[in-house]
Amino acid sequence: MSEYWFIRSGFEKRAESFFQKKLAEAFACDYEIGKQDFVNAGKAAAAIKFSLKRIGVNAEILRRVAIIAYEAEINITAHANGGKIRSNIHPDLIHIVFEDYGPGMEDIEKSMLPGYSTANDLVREMGFGAGLGLPNIKKNTDVLHIISEKGKNTFLEVVVFF
Amino acid sequence: MKLREVVEILDGKLLFEGVNLEIDIPCAFGSDLISDILMSTKEPTLLLTGLVNLQIIRVSDMIDLFGIVFVRGKIPPDEVIEMAKERNLPLISTKYTLFKSSGLLYNHGLRSCKI
Repeated sequence: MSEYWFIRSGFEKRAESFFQKKLAEAFACDYEIGKQDFVNAGKAAAAIKFSLKRIGVNAEILRRVAIIAYEAEINITAHANGGKIRSNIHPDLIHIVFEDYGPGMEDIEKSMLPGYSTANDLVREMGFGAGLGLPNIKKNTDVLHIISEKGKNTFLEVVVFF
Repeated sequence: MKLREVVEILDGKLLFEGVNLEIDIPCAFGSDLISDILMSTKEPTLLLTGLVNLQIIRVSDMIDLFGIVFVRGKIPPDEVIEMAKERNLPLISTKYTLFKSSGLLYNHGLRSCKI
């Protein structure tokens, strides 16, 4: 099993307190993501963005959360056997969990390198597969945690503070 | 620069009528890679691209676009045009390449969005 953690500098305390307390009060929404379903891909990300917009989260954070959610949703669509997304909206942060149904990542560190991609031709023709998905998620999030292993589900969670 | 000028300079064709051509376009960005577009557009922008699949409209749900210019004479499928209509997102098609389109707009004073 391989695991990856990233916490943006300056957010260590808030991240620690979030993961220790696992705050109970959250507004949760679930989305199911189909394998290679490029017709619906992006709808969950748009819904998450809309939920945040409705509660008055500022535009810069909306943009960051939308990009994270979209990239991760596309990753599930393009690379996995489908998966699910759960967004937990707290008063001061959003926690999103992306879990796919395999087949797992061979090398998380490698996948974090800008330009590294395992996308097939179909996915590339659509404009994906630049190898910037995970780097883009990392760039926009405050916390990123990935657990993956070849042959297993990949678990990816992010936290963005408002 | 007004959207109307963009259409004129690129000898472009509006893919559906009824959009406001008098809106101000402050800046632009061009790419055929979705992650590039998401990574590089920190402010509302005009997008120039050769991508015509419906994911380009989903991208417009994530970031703020003033409109999309499809280069190299590309025309998206009807369903994509319908999705843009629903969002009131102007679509323009030009026969020029991404390079030539960008150059022409730049020469007329349009600049890159903040990246």
